[in-house]
Amino acid sequence: MPSYAYILVSLVLFFLGTTGVLMRRNALFVLMSIELQLGAGSLALLAFARALGDQRGHVVAFFIMAMAAAEAAIGLAIVVAVYRTRKKIDLATIDELRG
Amino acid sequence: MFAQLRSIPLLPLLGAAYLIFFGRRHSRKVVHAVAIFAVAASCLITLDAFFFGLMPASRTGGGVIVDAVFPWIAAAGGDLVVDFSLRMDALSGLLCLVVTFIGTLIHVYSIGYMAHEKDYSRFFAYLNLFCAAMLLLVLGDSLPVVFIGWEGVGLASYLLIGFWYQDNANASAGKKAFITNRIGDFGFLLGMFLLFRTTGTLSIPDILDVATHGQVLTAPLWLGQSVAFWVGLLLFLAAAGKSAQIPLYVWLPDAMAGPTPVSALIHAATMVTAGVYLVARMQAVYLLAPAALAVVAIVGALTALLAALIGFAQNDFKKVLAYSTVSQLGFMFVGVGTANFSAGIFHLFTHAFFKAGLFLCAGSVMHAMGGSGDITRMGGLAKRLPVTTRVFQVCWLAIAGVPIFSGFFSKDAIVEGTFATRAFGQGLAWVGPLVGVILLVAALGTAFYMSRLYFLVFTGPCRASAAVQEHIHEAPAAMTLPLAILAVGAALAGLVGLPPGLRELWGGHGASPLVAWLAPAVGEPMPVSLAAEWTTMAVSTVIALLGIGAGYAFFGGGYRRPAAAWVARAPGLVALVRDKFRVDELYHAILLRPFRVLCDLTFKVVDRILIDKILVGSWGFFVDTAGGMLRFCQTGDVQRYLAAFAIGLAAVVWVAAHPQSPDEVQVKVTGHTVKVDVVEPGPRDGALGYGFDFDGDGVPDRSGKSPSALWTYAAPNRYTITITIADASWHTQRVVKRTVDVR
Repeated sequence: MPSYAYILVSLVLFFLGTTGVLMRRNALFVLMSIELQLGAGSLALLAFARALGDQRGHVVAFFIMAMAAAEAAIGLAIVVAVYRTRKKIDLATIDELRG
Repeated sequence: MFAQLRSIPLLPLLGAAYLIFFGRRHSRKVVHAVAIFAVAASCLITLDAFFFGLMPASRTGGGVIVDAVFPWIAAAGGDLVVDFSLRMDALSGLLCLVVTFIGTLIHVYSIGYMAHEKDYSRFFAYLNLFCAAMLLLVLGDSLPVVFIGWEGVGLASYLLIGFWYQDNANASAGKKAFITNRIGDFGFLLGMFLLFRTTGTLSIPDILDVATHGQVLTAPLWLGQSVAFWVGLLLFLAAAGKSAQIPLYVWLPDAMAGPTPVSALIHAATMVTAGVYLVARMQAVYLLAPAALAVVAIVGALTALLAALIGFAQNDFKKVLAYSTVSQLGFMFVGVGTANFSAGIFHLFTHAFFKAGLFLCAGSVMHAMGGSGDITRMGGLAKRLPVTTRVFQVCWLAIAGVPIFSGFFSKDAIVEGTFATRAFGQGLAWVGPLVGVILLVAALGTAFYMSRLYFLVFTGPCRASAAVQEHIHEAPAAMTLPLAILAVGAALAGLVGLPPGLRELWGGHGASPLVAWLAPAVGEPMPVSLAAEWTTMAVSTVIALLGIGAGYAFFGGGYRRPAAAWVARAPGLVALVRDKFRVDELYHAILLRPFRVLCDLTFKVVDRILIDKILVGSWGFFVDTAGGMLRFCQTGDVQRYLAAFAIGLAAVVWVAAHPQSPDEVQVKVTGHTVKVDVVEPGPRDGALGYGFDFDGDGVPDRSGKSPSALWTYAAPNRYTITITIADASWHTQRVVKRTVDVR
């Protein structure tokens, strides 16, 4: 499989993730969409790393996995905390900082 | 002499500093011990310097002690040099003695008077500070040093008038004194500047030397008057502020809001005489300007008369004394204003004793009466306060000018000087007799209102309430001892300045010791014929007795029928005098009210409209409007922010992915040949490729990594060159077009 196919898959994934982050109103889905974006980024890095024979892309992909885990943990904790205080996690209704 | 001159003001200064910082930690005993030690030690050093430093140098007061403490100002390329140095001569030595001696007595008196005071250490700290500043004023060798002392006593005066600052009236009195004095200080500064400009020095001996031997001060300056006249007038403005002369006397009666020892020390015996000292100090300058002397004498005489008249109807013990101080200061100014400087200083010297004594008696009486100074509620205190009464009697006779007592001789010296003076020359010769007559009237008034005060307070039945009468008691020894010492001074201080006529009776000859002593500093005494001397003495004795007699007729043993009849006959006049001729109200109407209107106008126009509305308001409006528009962007919805972020990021990537537009495209035409150079911003990294289409057919005629290209046209024409800059790694390009004219 040529490397542009990986890049194409990565682009599609990132587009889906971005759409989810910007469109979904449920905080949990937003978090999942962020995971999708991170996955897309990792895929692109791995594809380029393989195509260019450069190991640094692999290393960064591992970092992204670790960071994604941490981000998920913190993100879920925030979502839980938000749910506890306002009994909902609809982002459209969370607008205390409106000017 | 065992100590340097600098320790005289330094000791009270250290005392003040110590008491300000650590006074609250100590008991009352330690506090007053420190304060009294500081000023008493300073007194001893002064005595030592006076009798063992000055006197051996010259029996006639020609000796001088100078203490150059440190070089202070050296500016203007060496033109302005002022050393911080102190100088004691006959005049300043005498003043120093008065300040430290009376100061010590009043410190001791304050132990008793302020015994129930909460802020004990603050009081003594300020009192010490005052002594330090006053001594600096007196000992200063140059005008700037004197000015430090001048401002220092003003500060101490302000702090002590407002000592009981919790009462708003006292704080206002302090401010009034300070602000009124600022007007005078303005004159001091201008006089100093004028002297520096003309003489090039600020050292007092140098200025006097220039005045005596030089010509610069007699040069005309303005309105046909000489420099000396204007200097004299400006310095007299300063003196009038500090020494409460017309028109700046209004602060002194209000200054009685301070504790009574303060009134005695600062507002009677020492600080208010600083103006007289200043005029006497600068005598050589004044002698060059008879007109300035005439102003001093006339203002002094008018003040003496006006204040004496106001004294007729005042009902507050200390207010009567305050106006009498203003009046006596007027006498002193007449003394110095008729070039009879030693007489002015002589009166300053005796006045310090009897006026301090009178004020301390006032303190003692008010102490007995529970703090009230209302003489309409007093009477018959002679039986209850024997020591105070004796002292008051002596001081009263002294100020009234009864022979033998000190005030008689000093007042006499001034009055006879007014008739004998030659200082005014031909044109102004009328000034001397005029002020002399005014002074005689003022002296009559003085004897009258002081007798009124004495009879109303000490004789007749007591008019106080029963509760107050119960409380009446003689003051403690700390208060009566200084009183007794001052009474001795008030009685005998005149003996050092006996007029020549009297001295001959006891085998003496020529000028009195005091006048001879002062002569090197303030000039030779006024020659007065013995006949004139005896006449003046006789006239003033009669006047004193007349005044006392009138006082007895009106007020002997309480309010008598003539007093009541006068009030009934001219109630308006009596009210006018009681209201101090409504001078305060006049000042209020002509100075304060316009000033307030101006302030109000400035506030409304500049502050409210210009600053608040236009300068601040326009910015506020701008920010408010901009914020109102921008707030629609701040929705609080995190996903919209993210969308904006994504769009922004995409834009940044878009821009970054395209080659930047070149700084410059240089097109050189040589004949038919065109050379194009693309100058890129920043360093070239070799990633860019250039295509040049010269002939306009859409196909690059030259291409490659080089940013330069050469092309030769076949025929002259106007051509358009299209340059394509391509970024190979991003697959993006930018197109730039140039037009050339080939001829």
